[in-house]
Amino acid sequence: MVGIDDLSRRVAPVALAAERQLPLRRDLRGRLPALRRGTVVEVQGLGATSLALALAAGPSAAGAWVAAVALPSLGVVAAAETGIVLDRFVLVDPPADQAVTVVAALVDSVEVVLVGPGVVGTRDARRLAARIRERGSVVVSVAPWPDRAELRMRGVRNRWDGIGSGYGHVRSRHLVVELDGRAAAGARRSIDLVLDDSAEQRPT
Amino acid sequence: MTRSVVVWFPDWPVIAAGVAADVPAAVFHANRVVACSEAARQSGVRRGLRRREAQAGCPELVVLPLDRDTEVRAFEPVVALLEQICPRVEITRPGLVAFAARGPSRYFGGDDALSRHVLANVPGPCRVGVADDAFAAGLAARSADSAGGYLVIAPGESAAFLAPMSVDALDRPELADLLRRLGIRTLGEFAALPAPRVLARFGPEGAALHRRARGEGIRPLETRTPPVDLAVQAELDPPAERVDVAAFTAKALADRLQHELRSRALMCSGIVIEAETEHGERLERVWRHDGQLTAAGVAERVRWQLDGWLNGSAASRPTGGISLLRLVPEEIHADQGRQPAFWGGTTLADERAARGLARLQGVLGPDAVRMPVLVGGRGPGERVALVPWGDAKPATVGAPWPGAVPAPAPAVVHGEPPPADVVDAAGATVTVTGRAMVSAAPTRVRIGRGRWADIEAWAGPWPADERWWDPPAHRRRARLQIVAATGAAYLLVVEGGRWWVEATYD
Repeated sequence: MVGIDDLSRRVAPVALAAERQLPLRRDLRGRLPALRRGTVVEVQGLGATSLALALAAGPSAAGAWVAAVALPSLGVVAAAETGIVLDRFVLVDPPADQAVTVVAALVDSVEVVLVGPGVVGTRDARRLAARIRERGSVVVSVAPWPDRAELRMRGVRNRWDGIGSGYGHVRSRHLVVELDGRAAAGARRSIDLVLDDSAEQRPT
Repeated sequence: MTRSVVVWFPDWPVIAAGVAADVPAAVFHANRVVACSEAARQSGVRRGLRRREAQAGCPELVVLPLDRDTEVRAFEPVVALLEQICPRVEITRPGLVAFAARGPSRYFGGDDALSRHVLANVPGPCRVGVADDAFAAGLAARSADSAGGYLVIAPGESAAFLAPMSVDALDRPELADLLRRLGIRTLGEFAALPAPRVLARFGPEGAALHRRARGEGIRPLETRTPPVDLAVQAELDPPAERVDVAAFTAKALADRLQHELRSRALMCSGIVIEAETEHGERLERVWRHDGQLTAAGVAERVRWQLDGWLNGSAASRPTGGISLLRLVPEEIHADQGRQPAFWGGTTLADERAARGLARLQGVLGPDAVRMPVLVGGRGPGERVALVPWGDAKPATVGAPWPGAVPAPAPAVVHGEPPPADVVDAAGATVTVTGRAMVSAAPTRVRIGRGRWADIEAWAGPWPADERWWDPPAHRRRARLQIVAATGAAYLLVVEGGRWWVEATYD
């Protein structure tokens, strides 16, 4: 007998290839612009890593593979909690001189690539842009991207909930994110996000 | 469809572990019984039982872990013995071998005489089955009387022999489940279905199983000979002394073979693995697989074969390292495609990722590409184990650990924690007492040599007194969550009076 949760875990839609966009996690839909295939997203400022993980969680739950390059201090438990499926998550630590080739190879193989700081230079970024567009992957850079990223996010203000003076514990954060870039519908704007809310995000 | 002899060692994993048949013992994997000895079976232990259930029925049960390498190693001498009877022995897995019956049968004077000869000369409890094809012969071996028995199915009688067997004998649990729900319980009923309908409903794999149930065996080889030699080989320089070094090359070789076959729309269900040492010693084995051999399956079999050879008895062990590996595909037939499973299974994205990651590993080395596994622990760094991609993963621990810092976990975990200073209102360093209470409320924090920041909120401490029973490994730590006025939140840990930043809630 196959349990319902077993079934839901095994049903992985194969139809992602046809879509021009990768799905966002449910609580972020409508608040953040959709991830367009073949683009680069730059995430900086407060809460950059958590935001990048939250962006990758949507596609991962829908069956995409996520690779993290040059992010040796990435919190894997946090990744699992935001909704990234660990069965389809790899961490790659290349030596500095091969980092760009590795990113290019990963752009060919997986749908979402999280890139850490100091990996890609300006010239490499332009060459990669063509490859990213052709392959239809999404690169989320947790560091300044040398080229113009189609979507740029910056966490500017942060408020933590659930923790007081000697009681409680870190529960959720209210993050104010500034959006910029072509994919942000042109205009600059700020949105208020609630992240790390364990009750909503934890996979059932 | 060649008349085949199958020699089957029931409970080979238990025999390989060196346990006598009258001792109740069972081999467990993932907490379930994989094989058990005869004595254990009489006490009610069955395959698939959970460990608790097995031990409840048989309290003196000897528990053994699954050890594929020992199984393979222990099986090598048996294969060597069988090779004296028939030069070409095909191994399906440790404990199950098959070989063509025609030559040896004529030599020994009949199938019965051949079976008796095998039983007399091969040590250990085994059963022999002879039939028109390997599948029926395997089932015949299973149906033979207990140890020391053999069963010969006369030519042409396979269909009649297979008819009363349950559909579970096909070894495809999902298909068997589906067939049962459709009302088909025996192989005879399955065989009675018209072949074109089976092909339409179940695809080429189902059609192959249907042929098997009818006693027709695997489709005979294509009469055309492959135009090009599809063997692949690799030279190892320097020669590999250890199995894992050779196995890593074998993985790349298997991928190449897979690519060669795929580009010609071919599949193989058997493979000859040849290994040669620098001193000229050779070991050649034929491996057969039930369905289709994937690259990973081939690499695994190379590993088994080399393990059995390099780590075997002193008499058969080679004197040098492995310098040449050769893979020759056998039983090549046209690739009729594989029906992707309706529920989950491997998707196109999975295959694309697998190919790309395997290639990356080939370039950077196996440790460069790793997959995370959640294991037990208190700190966010301890809860993760990184395993090279493609390796077997350790069992995930799902249950929460007492004393762990509650969710959500921090997004950045520092591999080398930077030092920190935490002081109270009076300027003294904050400590955590043995009773897990802070000496005073922390008011200011400084990371490394940065600027002092006021603490807006804090929580904890979460004490962790680990391995107090093991003096060298004993660690006493406590963790605090700190929110600084800058808006950043940290997970600080104190040990021996000094503070470190274990993680940042970035």
